[in-house]
Amino acid sequence: MSQVFHRSTNTLSRVSIFGGIFILGFLVWAWAELNASNYATRAKVPVNQPVPFSHEHHVGGLGIDCRYCHTSVENSSFAGIPPTKTCMNCHSQIWVNAPMLEPVRQSFRTDQSLHWIRVHDLPDYVYFNHSIHVAKGIGCTTCHGAIDRMPLTWQEASLQMSWCLDCHRHPEEYVRPRSEVFSVAYQPPPNHVEIGRNLVKEYHIQSLTSCSTCHR
Amino acid sequence: MKPRNSSTASLRVRYPKLRIRISIALLLACASLACRRDMQDQPKYIPLRGSDFFADGRSARPIPEGTVARGELRADKVFFTGKSGDQFVDQVPFPVTRQVLERGEERFNIYCTPCHGRLGNGLGMIVRRGFKRPPSYHTDRLRQKPIGYFYDIMTNGFGAMQDYSAQVAPRDRWAIAAYIRVLQYSQMASINDVPPDVRQELNSELSTRSAEPKR
Ligand code: HEC
Ligand code: HEC
Ligand code: HEC
Ligand code: HEC
Ligand code: HEC
Ligand code: HEC
Repeated sequence: MSQVFHRSTNTLSRVSIFGGIFILGFLVWAWAELNASNYATRAKVPVNQPVPFSHEHHVGGLGIDCRYCHTSVENSSFAGIPPTKTCMNCHSQIWVNAPMLEPVRQSFRTDQSLHWIRVHDLPDYVYFNHSIHVAKGIGCTTCHGAIDRMPLTWQEASLQMSWCLDCHRHPEEYVRPRSEVFSVAYQPPPNHVEIGRNLVKEYHIQSLTSCSTCHR
Repeated sequence: MKPRNSSTASLRVRYPKLRIRISIALLLACASLACRRDMQDQPKYIPLRGSDFFADGRSARPIPEGTVARGELRADKVFFTGKSGDQFVDQVPFPVTRQVLERGEERFNIYCTPCHGRLGNGLGMIVRRGFKRPPSYHTDRLRQKPIGYFYDIMTNGFGAMQDYSAQVAPRDRWAIAAYIRVLQYSQMASINDVPPDVRQELNSELSTRSAEPKR
């Protein structure tokens, strides 16, 4: 009786056994990539707001400091979103007839809050605190990217746990002098890791990786 | 034991692995149901999160009238109003150290320079874009104003300028007022006010530095 399968099928079956492992590996890899993708983390997607507020204009163009609007970022966990009155400090005289700004004026007249859409939203089981990061020399742009070039705000980082931990394990790679924390123009110098090591000592930066730091 | 229903039995004959398949399907359904977001979005208030309980939709409640928060008793009239009786005071109600002045400089550069400019000459960026031009601080009229007057303007606003009481804490307002005095002196200073040993340094620095910030 002749063989049902030709000998060459032996190789084929061996390859398909290996192939199966690779296909499995590929699926796992694809799943991990998908989870870390901008689609899943909502990073780099500009968010449409009721008023098309532009950091590009206000920060990049006019040079207004973050703290003019985000007043509580230095001493609170929450950075603060400016109340309508802060906009009216200037827009009581500037662009007073622009239809784009009507929701702002209406909010000011009626004392109803403007409903900004959150751009960043950590899960509620994570504790985050701005004041400690600012005080220890982590700049806004390290986490929020080039905000002075965002016509509409987007989330720059993935905000996944691995992202937080990467910096908590190696703060020397990200820390900058305190005087530069609010600067949007700061570029890390070539020897920034060396400087970083000194700053870590000077600011007494600890490497906080215990779970209860962020899950409390 | 009850006899098995005949239709189930025939199903089992036709699909021998039916049970396993159903349990896998059930497991998958449970797994996808487990993707609820209860832990991500817990029913608690975080800053600025809305509320459907209160009519105005805010979770942060306005403080009832007459409430005195901790540290907000405001018994110290001079410190909180800049006035003693009806008169503006002409002294900062706490010692002005170098630290206070540096704090004042920093706060001035955040909150006031957009309109008043780094030098206080009233040529800030917002003015160049069409805001009413504020008077320069370097006029005799403003030089002669007591320091409490500047505190009062930040607290209550002045004409086209809104108040800054929500953005700048009282102690920082005093620090800014003190720094405005520094600015005023700086524009009046002559080279003779500079100690001889730093004059040389000043000359070389002035030629390389401009008053506007680097960006
Ligand atoms: C003129 C006021 C103003 C200034 C100055 C300003 N911001 Fe904002 N910022 C806003 C407003 C209003 C929003 C909410 C609308 C939005 O998301 O674009 C916002 C939103 C943000 C967000 C997203 C918040 C969220 O919903 O998750 C970040 C991050 C941010 N700002 C960072 C900065 C940084 C960093 C600076 C300084 C370099 C800065 N901002 C300066 C007004 C301002
Ligand atoms: C310190 C002054 C200042 C503050 C505070 C301010 N703005 Fe503006 N804004 C300006 C100026 C000046 C312009 C005009 C920009 C230009 O001509 O380049 C402008 C322009 C705008 C525009 C239209 C131009 C554009 O494309 O961005 C919008 C919308 C706007 N602002 C929204 C806001 C909102 C919302 C707030 C409050 C969170 C706010 N602004 C706070 C000064 C200010
Ligand atoms: C270590 C990284 C990091 C740094 C540094 C940082 N932020 Fe954030 N920021 C975040 C994260 C994470 C969130 C989301 C917080 C949440 O969802 O609870 C956020 C949220 C915000 C928000 C939305 C309001 C809020 O607090 O949830 C604003 C506004 C903001 N940041 C402004 C700033 C400014 C201005 C600076 C610089 C002074 C700054 N951030 C520095 C990570 C950072
Ligand atoms: C770019 C660097 C960097 C990133 C990114 C970062 N952190 Fe941190 N974080 C620090 C540094 C530096 C400290 C200060 C450590 C110390 O106390 O010495 C800190 C401290 C903290 C603390 C301690 C606060 C306290 O009161 O004890 C918490 C909580 C925290 N981070 C949460 C987070 C979370 C959550 C994220 C991610 C969403 C994050 N951090 C991302 C640098 C970072
Ligand atoms: C520096 C801050 C930080 C530390 C330290 C930290 N986590 Fe997290 N963790 C986060 C953040 C941020 C998220 C949210 C991630 C997201 O939304 O994708 C998270 C999410 C999680 C989740 C949910 C994961 C998911 O995919 O839903 C678990 C479980 C978790 N952490 C466990 C731990 C354990 C266990 C430790 C200690 C070994 C730990 N975490 C330490 C910041 C931290
Ligand atoms: C949005 C622009 C703007 C900002 C920001 C601003 N001012 Fe003014 N300021 C004005 C204008 C406009 C006037 C003139 C008002 C008028 O005559 O109607 C003025 C007037 C003044 C005067 C002079 C009052 C007089 O007697 O003529 C002082 C003092 C002053 N501001 C202090 C401050 C201080 C301190 C800050 C920072 C906390 C500040 N301003 C921030 C626009 C601004």
